[in-house]
Amino acid sequence: MPIWKDEKKSKREYVEVTPSRAEDLWLRCQSCGELVFRKKLAQNSYICPHCGAYFFLSAQERIASLVDEGSARDVTAPLVANDPLGFVDRKPYPERVKEAQRETGLLDAVAVVEAEIGGHPVVLAVMDFRFIGGSMGSVVGEQLCLAMERAIESRSPFVLVAASGGARVQEGVLSLLQMPKTVLVRRKLAEAGVPYIAVFTYPTTGGVLASIASLADITLAERGTRIGFAGPRVIEQTTKEKLPPDFQTEGFALAHGMVDQVVPREALRDELARILAILDGGRDGG
Amino acid sequence: MVDEATLKALEEKVTELRRLVEQDGLALDDELALLERRLEELRREYFAKLSDWDRVKLARDPRRPTGIELVEQVFDDFYELRGDRLLRDDPALRGGLAKLSGKPLVVLFHQKGKTLEEQKRYRFGMAGPAGYRKAVRLMELAGRLRLPLVSLVDTPGAYPGVEAESHNIAGTIAQCLQTMLGLPVPTVAVIVGEGGSGGAVAIACADRVLMLEYAIYSVISPEGAAAILWKDQKAAPKAAEALGLSAPKLKDLGIIDEVLPEPLGGAHSDPQATAATVRTALERHLSELSSLPLDKLLSLRYKRYRHAGSYRELEGRP
Repeated sequence: MPIWKDEKKSKREYVEVTPSRAEDLWLRCQSCGELVFRKKLAQNSYICPHCGAYFFLSAQERIASLVDEGSARDVTAPLVANDPLGFVDRKPYPERVKEAQRETGLLDAVAVVEAEIGGHPVVLAVMDFRFIGGSMGSVVGEQLCLAMERAIESRSPFVLVAASGGARVQEGVLSLLQMPKTVLVRRKLAEAGVPYIAVFTYPTTGGVLASIASLADITLAERGTRIGFAGPRVIEQTTKEKLPPDFQTEGFALAHGMVDQVVPREALRDELARILAILDGGRDGG
Repeated sequence: MVDEATLKALEEKVTELRRLVEQDGLALDDELALLERRLEELRREYFAKLSDWDRVKLARDPRRPTGIELVEQVFDDFYELRGDRLLRDDPALRGGLAKLSGKPLVVLFHQKGKTLEEQKRYRFGMAGPAGYRKAVRLMELAGRLRLPLVSLVDTPGAYPGVEAESHNIAGTIAQCLQTMLGLPVPTVAVIVGEGGSGGAVAIACADRVLMLEYAIYSVISPEGAAAILWKDQKAAPKAAEALGLSAPKLKDLGIIDEVLPEPLGGAHSDPQATAATVRTALERHLSELSSLPLDKLLSLRYKRYRHAGSYRELEGRP
């Protein structure tokens, strides 16, 4: 049963929970102010049971919400970012990375698992927006390539759950080159005839959208996501255009032919299972 | 210390005086020679210690030779091909057939303007989905007809706008990358001015990537990085330094293959010499790439992009 009791109220709401500490038993919904019991939230796909607002999902929470229980095997390669430019803004880049690692329990902005969804084996890569805005630097690019190569090897569909502000500025042009890099391996995936399903979650933007994320065979958008190349502020400043109210929403993407379906969060798992079942020749999944 | 404004003012004076001497026949040769000597001194001083922010300003200087000016001087018989076969022709990203040392090829290039009016017409070199769709079309044409592809990159970035987003600018850039990386022909990109982010890499994921000496190539504009990371627009010069966007730096990082020297004063002080440099470099790289068997060309391209990046194995993990 969908929980969208009040669509208008809940439609664009996102609630940030950072840091999402495991020891916090109660979390406050930033949208309606109600306290929510963490376990109950997890059972409810991290949707506020009071107002329907979506909580940000960590990669780990997202994986748990999508895959068959107990089926996930972490295959994220043990890789960490270098600091090729010696980049310092208000903080040195290595410090930012360490903080993000502490905060998220991840090595970088993506986690990769081998798992089953509805009984269908997949290689699943999930990006985590909490890790420097889900930005794609060298590690994320390499992890996505390794994940696709693993999918080719095992002939399991590749599923990418995208959540990214774009390229990782702190690695300069090396981040930009993750665009051709991931696209190159995506070509191999296509040559091997292995399906690729992308799920756009909040937000899917910039260099990730302009490369790997836009090249899936099947593209779903989670309800409430933001999908776009350039940020609204950049557009307003550069063009002085007035932005339509639904600009860069999942509805906008659907209306302009950029995604196949918009799916509410609680239905994502079943939707993926259904697609995988069809691609699997209709074999009935578990 | 010479600043940009002093240099520009003197450059303008010399240009004006040269015009008076050459066109109006005024007997001011001595004065001209004196000013020219002084200009050269100033230029040497200025260019000897360029900051990355100076380079950003040089790369964006509207006096720099624009795409079409370079194309006409670098290639023979440029024949423009227009339109994305869907909606329109994007004037900010152009292309067509051309010849280099007698051999046909396909060229793609960003187009900027010199005057404000031109700049507006070309949207400051920012192409939208129609431009990148045209690029895909011309890339495919190059692949079908087995013609090498050359791209000249000079854009602040893809056009950010409501229409661009409505017509899937991101997906179109992704298509460009996908198409270019699969071409069964040699590809060479030259960053001749601004290599701005996704709009640049879309046509720069080539077998060889060259850069003019004072061109820049960056994941984000220094102003953008300043706003996002420093939360301070005035930090753009600092951001320029941090981003590692200069040609020598990118050569050190192994991201580009060659820095093409510009004349003293920058490309605009001698566009013909600049074009000659680009031409010679293209001839050399294309002839090297054309001598490779196709499978070798493609495997080198695969290695180049598959291994792009900098990361390390986590230490101390069981």
